[in-house]
Amino acid sequence: MTDYKNILSDTVRDIKPSGIRRFFDIAQNVKGVISLGVGEPDFHTPWDIRAAAITALEKGKTVYTANAGLSELREEIASYTERKTGVKYSPDNETVVTVGGSEAIDITIRALVNPGDEVLIHEPCFVCYAPLVRLAGGVPVTITTYARDKFKLLPEQLLKNITPKTKLLILAYPNNPTGAIMTSEDLNGIAGVLKDTGIAVLSDEIYAELTYGKKHVSIASADGMKERVVMVNGFSKAFAMTGWRLGYVHAPAPIAEQILKIHQYAVMCSPTVSQYAAIAALRNCDCEVRAMVSEYNRRRRFVVSRFNEMGLRCFEPEGAFYVFPSVESTGMTSEQFCEKLIMEQKVAAVPGTAFGDCGEGFIRVSYAYSMKHLQDALERIEYVIKDTE
Amino acid sequence: MNNELLKLLKKNARYSDEELGAMLGIPASEIAGQIKKLEDDGIIRGYTTVVDGDKLDDDAVCAIIELKVKTKSGLGFNGIVNMIMQFDEVESVALMAGDYDLAVTVRGAKAVAFLVSQRLSTIDDVLSTATHFVLKKYKENGVILNTDENDERGFVSP
Ligand SMILES: Cc1ncc(COP(=O)(O)O)c(C=O)c1O
Repeated sequence: MTDYKNILSDTVRDIKPSGIRRFFDIAQNVKGVISLGVGEPDFHTPWDIRAAAITALEKGKTVYTANAGLSELREEIASYTERKTGVKYSPDNETVVTVGGSEAIDITIRALVNPGDEVLIHEPCFVCYAPLVRLAGGVPVTITTYARDKFKLLPEQLLKNITPKTKLLILAYPNNPTGAIMTSEDLNGIAGVLKDTGIAVLSDEIYAELTYGKKHVSIASADGMKERVVMVNGFSKAFAMTGWRLGYVHAPAPIAEQILKIHQYAVMCSPTVSQYAAIAALRNCDCEVRAMVSEYNRRRRFVVSRFNEMGLRCFEPEGAFYVFPSVESTGMTSEQFCEKLIMEQKVAAVPGTAFGDCGEGFIRVSYAYSMKHLQDALERIEYVIKDTE
Repeated sequence: MNNELLKLLKKNARYSDEELGAMLGIPASEIAGQIKKLEDDGIIRGYTTVVDGDKLDDDAVCAIIELKVKTKSGLGFNGIVNMIMQFDEVESVALMAGDYDLAVTVRGAKAVAFLVSQRLSTIDDVLSTATHFVLKKYKENGVILNTDENDERGFVSP
């Protein structure tokens, strides 16, 4: 009999499956579940974008593009980035169009990390960073962020975790799952620590459009940082385009050149039709994006206020589309609470522990759902809370 | 701010003051006052219910009647409008630009027949009527009726 242990890579086998998977399986086996667990917009992709894709198909735009992406799209991306963050990138040699932010994260890590290099990751955070670091032979070093600090990464925490082996910091704000953001003051603190080191930054800014009140600031705009920051962004969240699989990375030319090399060998180029659609997104959809952001904002305020009413302490998220309330007051662990929620009230939420051990005591609730859906789901959560009192 | 409040109420007039306050980021206690003012100022004229007629046994038909009007008698344009509006079965009356002058939505076959044959045809000022029966409503008052759209997103994703 074939021993697949010997066939498979040890590195891959040692990677734990995502903690979200388990809840997905439970949710699928309970009838009539309503979910608060999804990490993608509930809106349809704006019509202009879909129309551009249809036109591209009708015109037969079905062949590979340049490896780095359509030059027309790269120009739009570079001007959009400058408009939004004030940071200038060349569309020719500092911009690569990728298969979602996901690929951008993967190839950036592979381009920067040598075996044994330490990579700093603040937690709770999105699930892909540590496994991808491991695949590149790096060593993930996690830094816990706390509700009392509004889940921000503090300069002194960063400083404490730097060793001679530290190669890269992964910075992910607005944050999934906490909804935390970093202001320019916060980022200046981080930049101050990194200034005299050789550490690079992978800045995952996929939720940059989704902030409420304060505008998103990129660490690339902090003094002296651009030359060592790789900025990752994409169309999934901002333009409700998760299924189109399109993102991009901006980096100084010597880094972008290497990233492009991996991209070229791994995927050749990003989906062509999606690239044509993305041009329309950047040119015509400011208005639609603003409308989605205001709708998210109304829901955000509603959900936060409901959790506070129920007595679940809930820090006020200022970005993305998640709230991250504490369930400590119920005396249950995150997993216990989520299991009770799904078994008794058929509501699926994601335990905080799916985003790192320090997510214990929290649950992630997405508000990428209609108000009616949220009203219903929150009422059910309230039953569970009252029931445990 | 009132615009935002109106937008929400137009979507769902049954949001509680607490819910409206939370969504708009203002104290719930201020919501009642703001709504009262909108009512007093005549900006909010009423609250209604969007009903999916297809789900009811009552299958009262709806018609849109186009009227061409030329005021000749002493009734005058407003007189005609006032006369038409007083019928309960008339759901809406609108002044139109284009091929005809008034669009009247009427509910119920009897009401349509009565209105056209007994009322409108007797008025000299009404030059012509064209009645169109509504076969199916897909969207009303901003609400999509009868969606068969499913959330395809699955239950949990990172
Ligand atoms: C923080 C973060 N980064 C990156 C991604 C990847 O998104 P995509 O590959 O669709 O661009 C996600 C998706 O959930 C995310 O939450």
